Amino acid sequence: MNFPLFAILAATLTIATPLVWAALGAVINERAGVLNLGIEGTMYAGAFCGFLATAMSGSLWFGVAAALVSGLLAGALMALLTVTLGVNQHVAGIGTTLLLVAVCNFTNRLLFSDGSQTTTEKFDRLLPGGGLLSQYPMTYVAFLILAPALWWVLRSSGFGLRLRAVGENPEAADAAGIPVAKTRYAALILGGALMALGGSFLTLSLLGSFTIDIVSGRGWICIALVIFGRWQVWPVVGGALLFAVADALQLQLAITPLFSDVPNEVLIAFPYLVVILALAIWGRGVRYPGAYLKPYRRA
Amino acid sequence: MNSSTTGAASTGVAPHPTPLAELVDITKTFGAVVANDSISLTVLPGEVHALLGENGAGKSTLTRILYGLSQPDSGEIRIDGTTTRIDSPADAMASGIGMVTQEFSLVDTMTVTENLMLAGVGIGRISRADARGRVLAAASRVGVTIDPDAIVETLSVGERQRVEIVKALFHDCRVLILDEPTAVLVPQDVELLFESIERLTADGLGVIFISHKLHEVTRIADRVSILRRGKIVASRPVSGLAPRDIAALMVGAAALVDEESQALATSIGLELQDTHTTPPDPDAAPAALPDAALTASALQPSAEPALALRGISLGTSTSTVLDNISLSVGSGEIVGIAGVSGNGQTELVSVLCGTLAATGGTVRVAGADISHLDPAGRIRAGLGRLTEDRKGSVIPTLTVAQNLVLEDLDGFRRGPFLDRRAIRDHVAGLIDRFDIRAQPGDPIRSLSGGNMQKVLLARAISRNPRVLVASQPTRGLDIGACDYVYSQLRTLRDAGAGVLLISEDLDELLGLCDRIAVIFSGRILGELPAGEATHESLGLLMTGQRSEDAA
Repeated sequence: MNFPLFAILAATLTIATPLVWAALGAVINERAGVLNLGIEGTMYAGAFCGFLATAMSGSLWFGVAAALVSGLLAGALMALLTVTLGVNQHVAGIGTTLLLVAVCNFTNRLLFSDGSQTTTEKFDRLLPGGGLLSQYPMTYVAFLILAPALWWVLRSSGFGLRLRAVGENPEAADAAGIPVAKTRYAALILGGALMALGGSFLTLSLLGSFTIDIVSGRGWICIALVIFGRWQVWPVVGGALLFAVADALQLQLAITPLFSDVPNEVLIAFPYLVVILALAIWGRGVRYPGAYLKPYRRA
Repeated sequence: MNSSTTGAASTGVAPHPTPLAELVDITKTFGAVVANDSISLTVLPGEVHALLGENGAGKSTLTRILYGLSQPDSGEIRIDGTTTRIDSPADAMASGIGMVTQEFSLVDTMTVTENLMLAGVGIGRISRADARGRVLAAASRVGVTIDPDAIVETLSVGERQRVEIVKALFHDCRVLILDEPTAVLVPQDVELLFESIERLTADGLGVIFISHKLHEVTRIADRVSILRRGKIVASRPVSGLAPRDIAALMVGAAALVDEESQALATSIGLELQDTHTTPPDPDAAPAALPDAALTASALQPSAEPALALRGISLGTSTSTVLDNISLSVGSGEIVGIAGVSGNGQTELVSVLCGTLAATGGTVRVAGADISHLDPAGRIRAGLGRLTEDRKGSVIPTLTVAQNLVLEDLDGFRRGPFLDRRAIRDHVAGLIDRFDIRAQPGDPIRSLSGGNMQKVLLARAISRNPRVLVASQPTRGLDIGACDYVYSQLRTLRDAGAGVLLISEDLDELLGLCDRIAVIFSGRILGELPAGEATHESLGLLMTGQRSEDAA
């Protein structure tokens, strides 16, 4: 059988890239004790702002910078709501997502209402012809730099120790002189930046254009992946690869004659079902960070 | 370090070494309550200074002030003879003060080493190996072995406490505050803790040791100070003192007292005489009480005691909390339970109320076995209760009226709906009868402690209980409110109900009770008729010595 194994694996790494960026951002947030359901909207904002800045300036790097800034701001908004104001984290997160998605769609309609969707340049794959290793720059960064760096930070840096203390037992952290609110702001802003960069991968690397609903639930998948990976960097990366391999497989099956009778919708749903199944099997009885969902107020 | 600082240096040769820490004229008030009233206290190098006192006497407030968790209204703190401001735990640590509270502040999912590194950690690279070495060094200074790589949540309570002590020493602490450190420990761990304390004081460290257990104080402390109502009423060296001497100091202090308690004692005395003459029920003879509200069930003279406990036990295979408690409260009788807190009183009340299942024994109310009833069933069987924690007995956001009928909703129903008119009339009657200073619609959390206690009294008494279990009913109340509670308990008794009064306040027990039992280590150690009970005889029993032993 002519099974395109390497094509599927190469696609897996590509598909996993935005998930790795955003899910690791969520890991940072949640290790600090904040569930950021603004993730879907933050990815959407990153995708749109990156595209818009590139379309206007003609520079891809300007687009990356714009995505980064949108993520910092989205994270700061979440921090304002959940840390300073102590708003319920579910409400704050879903509200942030609704707001960001709506603002992006509205701006998109204002600027491109004539239907003349611009296409911009996009990043090229490095090592063309390299098969499995021919990937976009952000893919290399995600697997070779971001994940190892975050793993090191959480494990061996003072910042990581502070983050974990704040997310597990903010009272103890406070007693030890660690500024709880500041640490959570830092976590949300940094995490937001990673989420938005993950979103920008869709426009600046994959497509070179922006379409409505471009993120299509990837943010929600990341929330599931973080639980599946038990807030650990490498298991979360593994979870992203699991989703991606299912997605790549389904893309391949969609063009395989043998599966031509299977409705496309079933195939598209396949990777999501895989993640739900994985979560149902391995995601039970997990131990959440001690201060998960809890705003901290000094007694 | 020897630079002459302030006044102390000029007095020439100091008769004592410079205290490590000195609290001078510390006063702290919370609203109308004076938690610390001009308290002065010193800790010398190598000294264990024990603080004794009832709950609410001001011990915790004092230590919180020294550790920077609370600011005094006036007074000052001197460290090594120098006046120092301590605004936060970080300041306290910098001044060499460490504190181990009953609730540990450890991050459960981290290792011992990581927990100890938390204070003062930057944001850059951390060196685990280095910190690990310092952990082991600090541990050997305390004389304990701890695994620096163990995850905290896998450790026992005793081990976690050792981690907390090592944590304090990790930052070069020279004054260690231990707030009831033995309350959570099993006996073997207590011995280990004492060995550690001895090791540290031999090293020149000063320790402030808070405990309720007198034999621990004589075992480990060099000096003991006794707090009562925010004041130090006695402070002396421990050497040569036996537990019973300290008990005598405590009750002696309670007996002479400040004017406040004198007034209280007098008021109790007056009330005792008044009950026979004051208007509410002129012919207070139980059989002929005119107050219709109180007559119903409680009045019928019954051969059965109002409350009878038979062999109540509670415990696990390793520890015994209540040990074969048998006690009866007759109709028209107030029986007191005296004892230092933490000797099983709280658990006993929970067992009686049905919120904690006893491992053995029976509870009878007016002859009926209620041991297997749930709390609601016990209320229906005629058991009223005033629990120790007032705020735990009300729903803070509900109104006075709603809280008043909360336990009897079935009695105020018309079909599936609440009968608002019946509730309104009932509540108005209670507010009037019990002189509750609040509107029916006020949220109960806005009430003062005394008013809230009136609501709880009204709720319990309006049901005409056969017996009322009242646990620390006057804790935290002012004198007026105390008087009110006393008179209500007497009225209830005179109406023929039984009252079981659990209290730490000997004046209160001696003033009210017909009989007083003493609980120690979960056992009833003795029972005295009110006529024979004195501060001394009760105090002796409260330290765990039967009177025969002492004679």
